[in-house]
Amino acid sequence: MFRIDFNKLRFLVCDDNPHMRRILRTLLHSFGAREVYEAEDGATALEMYSHYVPDIVITDWSMPIFDGLELAQMIRQPESKGNPYAPIIMLTGHSEKRRVTVARDAGVTEFLAKPISAKGLYQRILNVVANPRPFIKTKTYFGPDRRRNTANAYIGPERRVGGEVEVMQQPSLLDKARSTV
Amino acid sequence: MAKSKSATVQISTFADHHIITQPNPLRNVLRRVAERDLDDPVARAEKALAGLSGEFKSWMVIEADRLSDAHAAILRDGFTDVTREELFRAAHDIKGDAATFGFPSAGAAAESLCRIIEHAPDLDEVPSNLIAHHINAIQAIVRERTRLDTAATAGELSKQLRGIADVFLTHANRDRPEHLEAVLAPSIVPAE
Repeated sequence: MFRIDFNKLRFLVCDDNPHMRRILRTLLHSFGAREVYEAEDGATALEMYSHYVPDIVITDWSMPIFDGLELAQMIRQPESKGNPYAPIIMLTGHSEKRRVTVARDAGVTEFLAKPISAKGLYQRILNVVANPRPFIKTKTYFGPDRRRNTANAYIGPERRVGGEVEVMQQPSLLDKARSTV
Repeated sequence: MAKSKSATVQISTFADHHIITQPNPLRNVLRRVAERDLDDPVARAEKALAGLSGEFKSWMVIEADRLSDAHAAILRDGFTDVTREELFRAAHDIKGDAATFGFPSAGAAAESLCRIIEHAPDLDEVPSNLIAHHINAIQAIVRERTRLDTAATAGELSKQLRGIADVFLTHANRDRPEHLEAVLAPSIVPAE
C-alpha cells in the first residue's frame, strides 16, 4: 500500500468561491500538505502558476476573467517557458458527460464533479501522483494521453497514424522548466 | 518540492503525433506503508471537514442571498449577459457546494435552475414564476432546515421543481437536438 507525502507537494487551488477554497485548503492541509496557494480567477492562477511552479493544480471550471478550461489550455503550451506537464484536476459543479470530454480535450488530467468529498479528492491526487500518463502532442492537442484503456476491444477508425518510431532522449522538461524559475 | 534527478524525457515520434514519456516527477512523494497502517488521511480530512460544519449554515445563507440578489437584478434590468452570468454562477455554486454544506435538496433545486439558464432557447420566454419558484425554494430550504420535518419536504420540493423544469425544457428544445440530448442525458454524479 502507498501513501503520499503531502508535505513534499505544492498545490495551486483556483476557485472563485471563497467557501470552496476554504474547504479545499482544509482538506489539503489535513492530508498533510503545507504549501497550498490560492487564486480566485484564472488570470491570477496563471500568474501564480508561473511564479510558484506547483506540483498539482486543482481548478474550478466556471470563473471570472478566464475560466478553468482556458487556464488548462494556457498551462498546456508545449513551447512555454513554464512547466506544461503539471497534473490538472478539474473540480467542478458541471456534471454532464460532454463537459468531461471538453475538459479532457483541454488537457485536464482528472475530473472531479462536486459535491467534493475527502475520499474523491484523495483518490484523484493519488492517481496523478502514482499513475502519470504519457503526454501526447499532435497538431491540435497537447496533454495527457486521453486513452486510459489498453484493452484491444476498441472498434472504430484508428485516429493516430503510425509509422517508424523515432525515439529521442532529452533532459527532463520539468527540470528545465523549474530551472528557469 | 518533488524533484526528479537525472530524469530524461523520451519522445517517440510518429507520423502525426509524438508520445512524450518522462520518469514520474512525483515518484519521490510516494511512500510504501504496511497494509495495516493506522494513519488514514481521508478520515483525518473528513474529521477536519466536520470541524468546519458549524459554519456551513451561514455560508449557505450567503450563497442563497447572492442568488436572490442576482434574481433581483434580473427583475430590475432584464436578462443581459452580465445578469444572466451572475444568476448562473450563483446557482452553479450552490449546485456544487450545497451537498457538502448539508443542503442536498438546495443543490438539486439549483441544478434544475442551472439547466433552465443553460438550455432555455430564450430566457425572456421562460415563465418568470419558474425561475422565482426555484429561488424561493432554495431560500426556504436553507432557512427552514432546522425544522425536523423539512428534509423530506425539501427533497419533494426539489423533485417537483426539476420535473416541471424538465417538461418545460424538453418542450422548448424539441427542435434543438443538441440541447435536447443534453437535457435528457443522465448526470455523471451518482444519485443520492
